[in-house]
Amino acid sequence: MKESIISINRVHFRYPEQTEYALKDITFQVAKGEWLAIVGHNGSGKSTLAKMLNGLHYPQEGEVTICDFPLKDEFVWDIRRRLGMVFQNPDNQFVGTTVQDDVAFGLENNGVPHEVMVERVEKSLQRVGMLDFLNQEPHHLSGGQKQRVAIAGVIALQPDIILLDEATSMLDPRGREEVLQTVRQLKDEQDLTVISITHDLEEASRADRIIVLNKGSVYREGTPEEIFQMNEELVELGLDVPFPVKLSGVLRSQDFEIASNYLTEEELVRELWTSNFKK
Amino acid sequence: MDIQLQEVEYRYAAGTPFERLAIQDVSFAIPAGVFLAVVGHTGSGKSTIIQHLNALLQPTKGQVIIGDRVIAAGKKEKNLKSVRKKVGTVFQFPEHQLFEETVEKDICYGPVNFGVPEAEAKERARRLIGQVGLPEEVLQKSPFDLSGGQMRRVAIAGVLAMEPEVLVLDEPTAGLDPRGRKEIMEMFYTLHRERGLSTILVTHSMEDAALYADEMIIMHQGKVCKQGKPRELFSHPEELAAFGLSVPEVVRFQQSFEALSGITLEKTCLTIEELAEELARAKERGGAK
Repeated sequence: MKESIISINRVHFRYPEQTEYALKDITFQVAKGEWLAIVGHNGSGKSTLAKMLNGLHYPQEGEVTICDFPLKDEFVWDIRRRLGMVFQNPDNQFVGTTVQDDVAFGLENNGVPHEVMVERVEKSLQRVGMLDFLNQEPHHLSGGQKQRVAIAGVIALQPDIILLDEATSMLDPRGREEVLQTVRQLKDEQDLTVISITHDLEEASRADRIIVLNKGSVYREGTPEEIFQMNEELVELGLDVPFPVKLSGVLRSQDFEIASNYLTEEELVRELWTSNFKK
Repeated sequence: MDIQLQEVEYRYAAGTPFERLAIQDVSFAIPAGVFLAVVGHTGSGKSTIIQHLNALLQPTKGQVIIGDRVIAAGKKEKNLKSVRKKVGTVFQFPEHQLFEETVEKDICYGPVNFGVPEAEAKERARRLIGQVGLPEEVLQKSPFDLSGGQMRRVAIAGVLAMEPEVLVLDEPTAGLDPRGRKEIMEMFYTLHRERGLSTILVTHSMEDAALYADEMIIMHQGKVCKQGKPRELFSHPEELAAFGLSVPEVVRFQQSFEALSGITLEKTCLTIEELAEELARAKERGGAK
């Protein structure tokens, strides 16, 4: 087990005037350099958890430690410097009038000297493949491009952790793919820890590990393979199963031989062919 | 009520330095009772088309025929209320349009403005709140105390409360979780069938287009580049790819299988069940020994 960068220990949280806990006895660790997906239906506590990781909510019971800082008022800015967030709506997080202004915004707020800023803006935009758009205005960009600029704005601040809070849910399929590939690439290039909060299982299947939240609690935890074995149970939780798993189930019920639950189309096609047709 | 677009062009900010051609030479018909899916990339002109269906935009060339009204370029249009009443539009993220103190008032706002007596409007609100999958108690709550998914349902109820003949849906399930998506789409489909509505669905989800639509239109760079039944259009994935679009997963799977096995199934399958059935038949035929 690699060293953990986030540690959440028996955390409870309840919104004012609510009887139900939004987060109920949550415990988990995030390892340095891993991609963790947190999935759950609308209202499962995902967003509350995201807000807590960025110090917008504090636990009412239990502890949260992020990059060795306990989540408390006095450390909240240290934490925010180390954990960058990309939000859902590309239009709500574009603050600059041009792409480079937007990326520079966070650096400027952090008092980064001008020369360093120019260099970091360029480098960050290059990393997300948006360097050619330096002087473009936001309304000339697609949703996926805007989100990549948002990611550039986050990595320019050189965080250890990047948190995607449903960052692809408002994008079209091409935009979603662009963003996910960018994230994967960034994560591989440097020792970045990625947490993606999503109900898109396609997105979750790219992660190293998945945590399923339900009614404010950790319902299950495992690799994508393990989680997708849950099959119908995921549907009951308001989620979905990836297509190959769904198809395997239906094929089996029609007396096809399908050995295990394959996560990719290629594997399932091959299995279907070799075990059922090629005889 | 039939709708027809005839050689419609629309330029935003025409005659200014910011002029931009959004759609051109768009012609198609939406016969009463049809379920039409409109797909295409962001920026392909889908949303501009939608705004022509209830005369929010007036074409800069060509004409739109909505029932017995003709909305033509260059004419001053008045009294569009009857058009707006018959064509209900659920815009993207409709929950952003909620504004009233209570859910009930919000749902009643449309019908009351169209002259429906208040008692009748309230009765509709009560009926619709259940139909969109929310408990009746919600009616007396502030819409802003609800979750995003619940707010979406309230906004949809507000459009349905006007009892439109044509329902236009612009990405109605964007941002919802899988269960929410399915429930909302099933609800629209039930309404579509039970009330004989025309439904126009703008979507990025090829799965939804395959599942619900009778007809499908593909937009590309402001033009209609393909039109047909989903099964026909999805039978040519390479053509869709040229417009940066994909086919449903089930079609993609069938393609990969056919490529690997050399077996050609008898039709392009649009659901998992269809695919399993076709595969079973192929197996019975003995595959490609």
